[in-house]
Amino acid sequence: MKEILRVEELCKTFKLSPKQQKIERTTQRYKTAVDHLSFNAYQGEIFGLLGPNGAGKTTTLRMLSTLIRPDSGDAIIDGSSVVNHPTDVRSKIAFLTSELKLEDFFTPNYIFDFFSKLHGVDERVMQERKQQMFSRFGIDKFAEVKVANLSTGMKQKLSLIVSLVHQPNIIIFDEPTNGLDVLTARTVTDYLQELRSEGKTIILSTHIFSLVERLCDRVGIIIDGRMISYGTLNEVCGDMNLEDRFFEIYKEQKGGEE
Amino acid sequence: MKSNTLTIIKKEFARFFGDRQLLFTTVIMPGLLIYLIYSMMGNGIGKMVSEGAGDPVTLRVEHMPKSLEPILQSLDSAGVTVLPAAFTDADIKQLEDNDLNTLLVRFPNDFDQQVANYDPQSGELAPNIKIYYNSTNNASQRIYTVLENMLSGYESMMSNRFDVNRADTAEAQFDMASEESIGAMIWSKILPMMILIMLFSGMMAIAPSAIAGEKERGTIATLLVTPMKRNDLALGKIVSLSCIGILSGLSSFIGIVLSLPKMINLDNAGATFHYTPSDYVILLLVILSTVLIMSSVVSMLSALAKDVKNAGTMMVPGMLVVMVCGLIPMFQGNASTNFAAYLIPFYNSTEVMVGVFMHEAQWSMTIVCLCANVVYTAAAVWGLTRMFNSEKIMFSR
Repeated sequence: MKEILRVEELCKTFKLSPKQQKIERTTQRYKTAVDHLSFNAYQGEIFGLLGPNGAGKTTTLRMLSTLIRPDSGDAIIDGSSVVNHPTDVRSKIAFLTSELKLEDFFTPNYIFDFFSKLHGVDERVMQERKQQMFSRFGIDKFAEVKVANLSTGMKQKLSLIVSLVHQPNIIIFDEPTNGLDVLTARTVTDYLQELRSEGKTIILSTHIFSLVERLCDRVGIIIDGRMISYGTLNEVCGDMNLEDRFFEIYKEQKGGEE
Repeated sequence: MKSNTLTIIKKEFARFFGDRQLLFTTVIMPGLLIYLIYSMMGNGIGKMVSEGAGDPVTLRVEHMPKSLEPILQSLDSAGVTVLPAAFTDADIKQLEDNDLNTLLVRFPNDFDQQVANYDPQSGELAPNIKIYYNSTNNASQRIYTVLENMLSGYESMMSNRFDVNRADTAEAQFDMASEESIGAMIWSKILPMMILIMLFSGMMAIAPSAIAGEKERGTIATLLVTPMKRNDLALGKIVSLSCIGILSGLSSFIGIVLSLPKMINLDNAGATFHYTPSDYVILLLVILSTVLIMSSVVSMLSALAKDVKNAGTMMVPGMLVVMVCGLIPMFQGNASTNFAAYLIPFYNSTEVMVGVFMHEAQWSMTIVCLCANVVYTAAAVWGLTRMFNSEKIMFSR
């Protein structure tokens, strides 16, 4: 299998404001969010990053999507470095998170065209893709409705479509089913499987065990910014189920304090 | 221009022109409001000044001296009825509320004799004429002024030794400034400040939501994960803001120019506004380059701000700087000839505009100003690009 993503010793430390120190109940001025994290992903697989809140999953994905810069280490995505060639990386990936919003003022039609142009998609191809994707996700009926008037599920589906306007080979998805109703969540997860069958690589973060078990070919468990275990589900869990194995690892790391 | 920059500009225009409320409050309303308010103020002040000024007035004169009788009777042509009559304190009290169109003049009993006997060297008080009137009544105030001038003229005439600037003929002219140059001086003191303030106000209305708003709504991150170069984004934002700012500033400017003659009571203000095509070209270029700097500054402030509210607050000092630069022509004569003055942002634009309105614009200084503004804008695009690259600035909440 072709290795399409290689993460090497990625590190990220944030300076805490007095307010953040209060929230985190710490007197330390810096917090290490990602600590020498390494893993890889192959073409045509779904790789899941599993960890509790604050483990560093989102920070890792934000570094992979070039929204933030690593303090040290690097990630090579389809031959391009996130540190040295971030613009190349951006043209090769789709990044989707609930933090990324679409302008409420515009219609799905306008937004699709706008992002297609920014990605340099040819006009004819753009129209074909739009028709196909809108029809696939049931947005065609709402193509001229302002985003502000769409349901949450519809907005999330539109975000997914917009992130894929340039049909990238790597899709980075932070908490893909967060805040979605069951029907929309199912539509999204089915589509991720469809993308995998097309040879796309999907990196997703989640704290939902069932989602990892159902979707992921391989999984990495992150705790306190470090990759504690990663591999196929069999390699990570052995004869245990994922949830039990995760808590076993978690207790080992935290010294049984939780 | 690169296609991504154009895509950003088109999107900003679609956002702006598609929002009727925003379009109305930013482009149409400022000009309309300024025109209506200034015109109403001008009309109101004019009405206040002229109201009742032509009403008939009665002048009651106690102890009318023989020497002044012909002079006072000549007021008849100004609609004043002169009545020789004594009056009491009760009559004077009547002037407060009821008898507004009446003036009471009290001469000393033997005024002519007292004047003839009076020696200015004696140190005694001179004979005193008392004129009772009501200054809140325009007719009363007007006749009081006429009467005072007449009596002062009579007094001067009695001891006349020399005159200053006596107009012996109707064509006599002592102030050699032409009507056009007086108009130019007025325009050069008022318009640079107004142009700068109106342009910056337009910017302030739209810039906070352009970048800080995108940060607040979370849409900037969606743009930042696209392969578009950050400098395309920076340039797109600055150019679109400049265009919208010009529209807003233009609206305010038209409102001012249309209402200014009424405001400063200049019926022939247009007649003094004579400028050459070269002046107009310089004015246009300097306004465009000023708008570019303004939109660069407000874009950077908007990028630094945490949210729209914070961006609005951060722009207030910028407005003060612009106002100070615009006020400078009020306290100076002609445009500066100092080369360095044309390198200072905003102030350089003021100086060029003063030069234009004073009919003494120099292309050399204009080019220095334009080049400086373009360099500052390029530096701002670079700075804004760095800001878009800074996770601390883009994602700090």
